[in-house]
Parts: sequence; C-alpha cells; structure tokens
Amino acid sequence: MASALDPHAAVVAGASGASPRLTTADGQPLARALARASARARRRAFLLVAPLLLFVVVTFVIPIGQMLHRSIYNDGFAANMPQISAWFAENPSGTQPDEAAFAALAADLKTAADIRTIGIVGTRMNYDVPGTRSLFTSTGRKARAGFEPPFREALIEADEDWGDPTLWRAMRSASTAYTANFYLAAVDRTRDDQNSIVQVPERQQVYVMLFQRTFWLSLVITGLTFLLGFPIAHLLATLPMRKSNLLMILVLLPFWTSLLVRTTAWMVLLQQQGVVNDILVWLGVVGQDGRLKLIYNQVGTIIAMTHILLPFMILPLYSVMRTINPSYVRAARSLGASSWTAFRRVYFPQTLPGLGAGALLVFILAVGYYITPALVGGSSGQLISNMIAMHMTETLNWSMAAALAAILLASVLVLYWIYDRLVGIDNLKLG
Amino acid sequence: MRRTLTLATTLLATPALAQQGPLTILSWGGDFAAMQEQAMARPFSEQAGIPVRFVDTDDPAGMVKTQVEAGNVTADLASVGQGAGMRLCEEGDALPIDPASLVPPPGGGAVAQDFLPHTLTDCFVATDIYSTVIAYDTEKVAQAPTSAADFFDLERFPGRRGLGRTPQFTMELALVGDGVPLDQVYDVLATPEGVERALAKLDSISEQIVWWEAGAQPIQLLADGEVAMTHAYNGRVFKAAQVDGLPLAILWDAQMMEVEGWVIPKGAPNHDAARDFVAFSTSPEVLADAAEILPYGPPRRSAQEMVGNFAGDGTTPMGPHLPTAARNMTNALFVDPAFWADHETELRARFTAWLGGE
Repeated sequence: MASALDPHAAVVAGASGASPRLTTADGQPLARALARASARARRRAFLLVAPLLLFVVVTFVIPIGQMLHRSIYNDGFAANMPQISAWFAENPSGTQPDEAAFAALAADLKTAADIRTIGIVGTRMNYDVPGTRSLFTSTGRKARAGFEPPFREALIEADEDWGDPTLWRAMRSASTAYTANFYLAAVDRTRDDQNSIVQVPERQQVYVMLFQRTFWLSLVITGLTFLLGFPIAHLLATLPMRKSNLLMILVLLPFWTSLLVRTTAWMVLLQQQGVVNDILVWLGVVGQDGRLKLIYNQVGTIIAMTHILLPFMILPLYSVMRTINPSYVRAARSLGASSWTAFRRVYFPQTLPGLGAGALLVFILAVGYYITPALVGGSSGQLISNMIAMHMTETLNWSMAAALAAILLASVLVLYWIYDRLVGIDNLKLG
Repeated sequence: MRRTLTLATTLLATPALAQQGPLTILSWGGDFAAMQEQAMARPFSEQAGIPVRFVDTDDPAGMVKTQVEAGNVTADLASVGQGAGMRLCEEGDALPIDPASLVPPPGGGAVAQDFLPHTLTDCFVATDIYSTVIAYDTEKVAQAPTSAADFFDLERFPGRRGLGRTPQFTMELALVGDGVPLDQVYDVLATPEGVERALAKLDSISEQIVWWEAGAQPIQLLADGEVAMTHAYNGRVFKAAQVDGLPLAILWDAQMMEVEGWVIPKGAPNHDAARDFVAFSTSPEVLADAAEILPYGPPRRSAQEMVGNFAGDGTTPMGPHLPTAARNMTNALFVDPAFWADHETELRARFTAWLGGE
C-alpha cells in the first residue's frame, strides 16, 4: 500500500521494465503526456520572455554586433575605388605600381569625384596616413577635368605624394575591407615599411597609457568606495529599522539626483575659488596663494566618481549584511575571540558576496565612465571612454572607436572571468 | 553594413507624412535656433506661406549623414559648420547650391564677391561667422591685454588661463602667441616641428592652464575668478557682459573665426522650398537682422553696415561686437576645416599624449 503512494514508484517500475507501461487516465503513455505538457509550458514561458528577448536583440545585441563589426571592417576605400582595389588583388604585395595601376587609380578618382564619394575615400585613407584626405579631394577635383595618359606622370604632376610608397602600401591594406589596423592603432602599434608591427613614435602613444590609467583609477575608486561604503552599510544594517530607513534615504538621495547636477556641485565645491578652498584658507590651513588643486585633475575625477558610485557599493553590501545573523559574532566573542578576530574571521567573510557584487559593479561602471571625467578631469583625469567619445563625435572615426570599445569590453570580460575563478560568480549577491 | 543600417532605420523611423509639408530644418537648438526662427523662419513663412519646423540636435551634420545613408531623409535643410558642410559635399550627402539663386547685393554686383572668402562653397551657404576669442575679466587684470602674446605672458598678466581641451584653436593660439604670423599658422602646424613648437609654448604656461570642455564653462571660470583670461566663444562673452552685466571684455587679436551655414541634404523632400529659404535667409537684410539678435558676423559685406542695435536692449550698437567688424578683423584667423580634416586625428593623439605626460 505504501509503495503505491510512493512518488518514485513509477520511476522504479519503469526502470525495472517488469511491470506494464504506466498510462494516463485516457490511455496515453505517461512519459509522452508528460513531455507534451512540459513542452507546452516551455513554449508558454518562452512566449512570455519573447518580447524581452526581441527587445534585447534589437536594442543591444545587433547594435553592439554592428559596432564590433565596424572595428574590423571599413570599406570606405574598397567599395569606392574598385579598379585600383582589383589591381591590388591581382598583383602580390611588393609589386611596384605600374602604368596600369596609375590608370586604374586615375579612373577611380574621377568616378569617385563625379559621384561625390571621394571624401569617404580620403577620410578612410587619412586614418592610416594622416594628411592624405586633402590629397584625395584636391586630386579628385582635378580628376573631374580628366587626366591624360601617361597617368603615372599626370598624377605625380598633380601631387608628388602619389609616388609615395607609404601611401601605396596603405592603399593596398585599405583595398580589402577587413583589416586589423584599427586594433593595432588602438594599442599604439602600426606597420612599418617591412609590414611588420612596430610601436608608434613615443610622442603619439596615448591609448595604452589611457587604458592603464582607466583601470588604475577604477581600481582606486573601487577601493575608496569600499573603505567609505563598508562602515555605512554596516551601520545601516545594524540600526533599528526606522533610523536605518532615514539613513538609507540619505544614501539614495544623491543616487536619485542627476549625474550632471552632482558633478557640477563638485565643481562648485572643489575649484580653487570654491567652498572647500575658501574654508581651508579661512581656517588658515593653506595660504591665499597655496589654494589646493582639487579639481580639473585626477584628484577631481577620483573624488567625484567615488561619490557618484558609492551607492553601488553600499546597496549590495547592505542587503548582504542584513541577512548576517548577529549571533555568529556573539558566539565567536563568547568563545574568546577578540572583536577584531571575530570581525575578520566571522563577520567579514560573510559579507564577501555583497562586497564582490559591489566591487564588480563599481569597477565596471568606473571603467566606462565618461561625463564626470570629461567635466572635472582636466588633463590628467581623462579616461579611455573620453577617447572613444572623441572618435565617435569629433573625428568620426567609428572604426577606431569600435576597436577601443571592443578592447575595453574584452578586458572587462577577462576581469569578470578572473573574478569568477577567484571568488565564484555564484557568490555574487546584487541585492 | 549600410544595408542592415537601412533596414534598422526604416523599421524604426516613422514614415514621412507628406511630400508637401512644412520645411524641416535641423539646427542646434538654444539661442541659436531661436535666432534663426525669429530672424529667418518667421518672416519667410509670412512671405512664402510655407510653415517652418525646427528640429533641435547637437549634431545636425551627423543627422544629415545618417538620414542620407539610411535613404530616409526627413530634413530639408541643416545648419552645419563649414567643415561639416565641406565633408557632406565631398561625400555626396548634400545638394549643390547655385550662387546665382541667391539674392544679389543691393548695389548690384556679383553674389560671390559679396560673400566673404570661405563662406560660399559648392553645397554650403554661410549664415554667420562666430569666433573663439580671448576673454578676460577687466577687474582682475591690472592692464588690458593687447595681443595674443599677452595670453602667454604670466609676468605682466598674472593669473590662470582657460583653454579648451582640444588641439583645435589651442594649437593655433600657441603658435600665434609664439610669434607665427596668422597666414602661416597652418603651414607651420602641418610640420612636426610646428606641432612641437606649439606644445612647447603651452608647456611654458601649463602650470596655470585650466582646461575646459563645454562652451559654458569658460564664462563660469571667469565669473568664479578661477581664471584671469580664457579662450571662449564670442557669443557667450557678449551675453555674459551685455545681458548678465559681468565685467568681461574681449581681446579680438588672433580671434579664430568659424563659419556656420546651410546645406540641403541629398533627397530632401522639399528641396525647392529649401532653396527658396536659403536665398531668403542669406539676403543682406535678413543676415543683418540675425546679427542684431546674436553677435555673430554676417558673412556678406553688404550686410555689415545694415546691422543696427542689439535687439536685446535696443540701445547697444551691435556692429563693434561682431567678429566681422573691420576693427576686429585686423588680425583674424579663419579656421581651416580642410587642415583639420587632414590632421585632426594625428594632432588629437599628439595633444592627448602631451596632456597625459604633463
């Protein structure tokens, strides 16, 4: 009797194969009916999440995919200069450009100038050889009147730069739409005359330094939010509910205030004629001429970003601390642990999931931060995101912006992976 | 790439409502679009009976490019900088505009001669000339600076300096301050030695530089006493001094002029009406009206004398406050968009590396 009520009975019976197949009331095999029912449930569940999935794909996956594709794909030259691109494809690397090549080039320049795509070609070439955009546009204007053969002489007469081997090498590399050059440039590398990868001149090196600075500052900011946020979170978690709610509002209030307002508030506070400096001078801590430089440099970036990102550290820490049973620490103390040992050995390890989540959140947000460093960073507080924004909006070199962004994305994923190996992503608690 | 973009945009964009509709103009918003609306669009609508609709954006040229690439052009006209106008024209995103279709100067004569140099090109008709100038607090400096070199003279003019955190204008100013004549600035800046010369000049005051990012910041820096002198846009300085009453003054020496104007996007739904609007809004009378509202110089010679008093108070003569006033033009630099199209990437990289190593 007891075995008939046993939920495992069917499995056991089915597995033994001895008893007859189990069926539902209407005679269908139980296994098939079950599979059908669960498939239906899965379909329904999928339909429920389908709008979100579609939303994520359309607004997130496709644009990011397109953007990443741009970092290795730029057909500005290849698509608009078909004849010379074909010549490059037929003749192996190292071939001296012959009359046929110059003829193809002249024909392409004329067509591109006529249908007004010469600017696109020039812009593409300018990425690899600075200063060549106007070479293309000005020669394009002359090409519309038509060049007479021999084209080699005609082009070099129009501008002697057309004989420059560097330009020809760059055109060859641009004649295929897929290129790794943007990634090379994004790590301060370029190709030399022998086509091997070398560092760009020291005076032009900027991206590696900015990546390093971005990660270093993000680390510092994460550390500072931890130092400032941990005691506050602990206080919030241990105070009686009514008081802690009041405090919580104080934590959240800046969180709800516009980012720009908070950033400009820091400008008012920290500038050399600002509130903080005025107070320091009034107290006699610094002289009138010794006003501190607290903003428009790295210090300003660190202070403002630490403040802005603080809630992202406090909230996960708080939610984890709320669940820690105070009797553990009491037990440790009653067993003879000093308060420091009880904290270090018993309390702190239990906060790790919250700390991990907070640190990861703050760090990843800091790595991609843009508006605050732009406004208060001065010259030394600029981050890599400011460079990405510059390429997006000012130089309009989207391929370069995409390459920089891809590297940033990849390094964040690597860090995430390291974090997973060290701490374990299962131990993450976001709230 | 372009095909997917087209698809995505056609999916998301609302279809154009009608072929014959109001004239849609992409402009920058704020005081500038308000000026265009008041001086140009309203009188045009009254005369031609065509309503004009402004769409505000912080990047009209970018929007034109996106619309043309996506094959779904809703804008009939866009207000863009000269450099962007040049690019759009060379990349086939803007329609050519025939100078003969523009309003001739009142005394007769050729339209092309009436426009200042650089202000009338294949697809681009200028509406105004604005300028980046050296502004200073008259109460903070013992004596008024008289030349760009004074900007770099910390002994005679102590106090911090504000500069835009961009190589554009900053590098030019450094060279001019180092004694390079205005007509040679871009030739010098095109050479590596010229770039290093400009940076060395900036090095000489780098301890005192406050870098700003947005156009409103330099005025705030002056008002707060953070800097004694700063590079700033002339329109902002004018407003702060005339409207807000701050004790600010402009040093016009080595002012850096930039040109703003119209382009008609390729495929503009109402391109004929757009052409009419371009002709109307760049007639000398309308340009002079516009210059009375905002202190941006009219690009036509014949419009200069027609400019009357500042519309904001009705008493201040506007002429002397314009970048194009003869007295202010004696030592002025036209910013060269072709140079920057060629060298912007490389100069920005060098400039950023220099900033980082500061």
